[in-house]
Amino acid sequence: MALSANADFKTRLQNWLPKLVLSPTLALVMVFVYGFIIFSAYLSFTDSRLLPSFDWVGLENYSKLWRLSHWKVSITNMGVFAVLYIGICTVLGLGLAIFLDQKIRGEGLIRTIYLYPMALSFIVTGTAWKWFLDPGIGLENVMQSWGWTSFEFDWIKDSDFAIYTVVLAAVWQTSGFVMAMFLAGLRGIDNEILKAAQMDGASNWNLYRRIIIPQLRPAFLSAFVILSHLAIKTFDLVIALTGGGPGRATELPATFMYSYTFSRNQMGIGAASATIMLMAIAAIMVPYLYSELREKK
Amino acid sequence: MRSFLKTKTAIALALSVTAGSAVADGHGGVEVLHWWTSGGEAAALNVLKGDLEAQGIGWTDMPVAGGGGEQAMTVLRARVTAGDAPTAVQALGFDIIDWANEGALANLNDVAAAEGWDDVIPAALQQFAKVDGAWVSAPVNVHSTNWVWANKAVLDANGIAVPETWEGFAAALDTLSAAGVTPIAHGGQPWQDATVFDAVAMSALGPDGYRSAFIDLDPEALGSDAMKEAFDRMAVIRANVDDNFSGRDWNLATAMVINGEAGFQMMGDWAKGEFLNAGEIPGEDFLCFRFPGTQDQVTFNADQFMMFDQGGDVSAEQAALATAILSPSFQSAFNVVKGSVPARTDVSDADFDACGKQGMADLAAAAESGNLFGSVAHGHANEASVKNAIYDVVTAHFNGEYDSETAVAELVTAAEIAQ
Amino acid sequence: MSMATQDTAIRTGRVVRTFIYLVLLLFALFYTLPLYVMVVNSFKPLGEITGGGMMNLPRAFTFEPWAKAWSTAQIGVDPTGLSPYFWNSIKMVVPAVVISTILGALNGYVLTKWKFKYDTIVFGLILFACFIPFQIVLIPMAKMLGIMGLAGTTWGLVLVHIVYGVGFTTLYFRNYYAVFPTELVRAAQIDGAGFFRIFWRILLPSSGPIAVVSIIWQFTNIWNDFLFGASFAGADSQPMTVALNNLVQSSTGVKEYNVHFAGAILAALPTLLVYIVAGRYFVRGLMAGSVKG
Repeated sequence: MALSANADFKTRLQNWLPKLVLSPTLALVMVFVYGFIIFSAYLSFTDSRLLPSFDWVGLENYSKLWRLSHWKVSITNMGVFAVLYIGICTVLGLGLAIFLDQKIRGEGLIRTIYLYPMALSFIVTGTAWKWFLDPGIGLENVMQSWGWTSFEFDWIKDSDFAIYTVVLAAVWQTSGFVMAMFLAGLRGIDNEILKAAQMDGASNWNLYRRIIIPQLRPAFLSAFVILSHLAIKTFDLVIALTGGGPGRATELPATFMYSYTFSRNQMGIGAASATIMLMAIAAIMVPYLYSELREKK
Repeated sequence: MRSFLKTKTAIALALSVTAGSAVADGHGGVEVLHWWTSGGEAAALNVLKGDLEAQGIGWTDMPVAGGGGEQAMTVLRARVTAGDAPTAVQALGFDIIDWANEGALANLNDVAAAEGWDDVIPAALQQFAKVDGAWVSAPVNVHSTNWVWANKAVLDANGIAVPETWEGFAAALDTLSAAGVTPIAHGGQPWQDATVFDAVAMSALGPDGYRSAFIDLDPEALGSDAMKEAFDRMAVIRANVDDNFSGRDWNLATAMVINGEAGFQMMGDWAKGEFLNAGEIPGEDFLCFRFPGTQDQVTFNADQFMMFDQGGDVSAEQAALATAILSPSFQSAFNVVKGSVPARTDVSDADFDACGKQGMADLAAAAESGNLFGSVAHGHANEASVKNAIYDVVTAHFNGEYDSETAVAELVTAAEIAQ
Repeated sequence: MSMATQDTAIRTGRVVRTFIYLVLLLFALFYTLPLYVMVVNSFKPLGEITGGGMMNLPRAFTFEPWAKAWSTAQIGVDPTGLSPYFWNSIKMVVPAVVISTILGALNGYVLTKWKFKYDTIVFGLILFACFIPFQIVLIPMAKMLGIMGLAGTTWGLVLVHIVYGVGFTTLYFRNYYAVFPTELVRAAQIDGAGFFRIFWRILLPSSGPIAVVSIIWQFTNIWNDFLFGASFAGADSQPMTVALNNLVQSSTGVKEYNVHFAGAILAALPTLLVYIVAGRYFVRGLMAGSVKG
């Protein structure tokens, strides 16, 4: 009798143990992420200014938010930045990975060179590129002093082009990492299938298009997740590179939210912008994750 | 035996690590949050630190640079929310009032009474240090923002005298432009654009207009023709800066004036430090004068150390810090280094250079005649949300996004949304 | 069991290969240039920098900016250089990386080998938490840390970084364990092995590569973090990034670019070292499909 009770307890423990092990993380996430999101969303309906206040004002912050041209500039910039950043990093990462996969001599060295920018903090990247792109002391000046006097590269000071410098610096920082993800994916592809297809007369181009790239789906998922999270969180880079300028030309929702919450003492509006940011993220990520994770079953 | 030793070492290690992080209080001393992290500023602050250490009070430094205090203010919010406020925090203008309204600041009335602050600190300045009858912060200095700095050699070479009117100034700009010198050295950052706007708006609106528009936030004043004139003048200034102005730091613009690349810079009196560090002498190598049209006014901003409520009465250390800050000897020593003028009107000007002396005289005169106004650009005319809204409009206009009429309309809207 | 090799079945001709090498070299240049500029200019005396010629090698090579950045540069009211803050960062990063990696491994293990109802939703919840911008959580987190008595301490910072890093480590380990043969786990279960024993004996030994990925990722992110470090650290636990920010954002006087660059590289050295040393394991670790039957 005692034995089976013991066995029962042990099995029950084994059944519960996995969930028990998972629960600290789940608890932390529920409180410190979702709890805070709810808190932030609540604040967006209050009249918080310097510090959180709990006096309800309804949709006033949202209406103020949408009247601000500053906000609209941030959103447009976000769209431009995200599309270019994710797109270029993916294409570049994939391309470089494919090239690097071709039995290249010195692959280890080249791979390290491509990867190291990821080790730098965004502040360091921003500062280095700010210098590099400054017309007075950077690339433009160097090119001109080398004799190419008509060379111009003052994007960073140009309201219309400054956002592209942010894209440039961000791509520089992360494309190597994306390349590493795709390289790992490429290395995991079964060579037998490729050999079989080659024997059937498939060209390199077709091999890539029909077999290899579709098999890289997990890598595309990881890359998309990593890149979008970085795109949304881009804050340090903008502050270090352009400070949001010239004027407001490189403001992004993250910098907008920060300045409205912490410098302008308009926490309610900051919280409203944060809530909208999160809704937009959810709108994109949830369907994507749902479709990808479902298949894994 | 071995495992016992191992355990003992492990415990000892763990204890030493935690012990190290347990002494994070700063009690028995003062903890000061500030953003004075560069050579000159730090030297100025060291005077205060030395003062306190001589009294046996420890100084725990909490420097957070960036954004002219932006990062520091963020850190402050985190600290206060966590219930771990520092003893004293460097702050400007309306931020102090905001914190006082949250009930987070200590009441320094005892110290103020003992030291006689009410009598020696100008009323316009008290507005930011004394909230609802309670002293909450100790002013360190008074900066003024409607200064123009000029390279004397450049001006002499082009036959330009110190301009007295806007028209004279504009003519001087043309002369310099024709001579191939950059007329105005400027750094395209929102606060710098706004600092220039301070003086320009004062010259176009006059003191009463300035007060109704920026301090009272009267929409009619904000939307007036005089305001449009102010923006027109900003456009003239914009046309007289070099192409590379965007994002430039203010001290690099000052460097342009120092080495003769540019003729004028409109900047607060902290610029004086740059000239002095380069070994220049006021009146001989560089000139300092009030922006034409604002000769009788002083637009000011004052660095203060607001004292946070540490849970109960003002501690002896806090009181000592406040007293030390307002002591005449410190006020003189600090401000000579920093380029500003003392917050007390009864400090001797013996140690100050020519520009400093002029600044002190102007301050006293303006305080007497009711011409001492808080600077819009530096958070002493209206609260942070409005100040930043004005930054937005001024910067957008300066960068060519709006014409003067649109700028005026946007200004009215922005101020309204921000309140 | 055929391990994935570095060989690919693709064949390329001479012209294509030359083109490939050219492109790779061009991009190597692209990635190296900014670092080259920083390094080269960090060894110049200030006069040489302001004179122009950003790309030129130093004419008067000097270590002074480095010495200054490390020990005498003005960070706050005292000229201490970056060195005291270095240790603060280490004290904070090491526990955070270790704990978040272990948690991630356990989570990945549970989510892939111990299926239960709603486990995909739980994973989705944890994963979505990766996306939250830090500015949003600053104030509520400060409140929580205050309540827990961890404000201004190194352990408070460690907790914060664990919370916001565990989503990533879980992602990495989960993807890795997903392709790990479940038969081995089932076999061990039949043999009577329990939850932890299976983890310790079977999964963990093969987890080297992905652990490296997770460690590198967490180390980099936590070491380079500024916002949390500035807001939640006390005066004697401020990390390196805050000190670097104070150094670089000096607003008066001459900007000592050479010291700034030296400081920036010093701050980045640990992470750079980690990437260079462990870089080859990085790609291996990301090869989730490398263990094929």
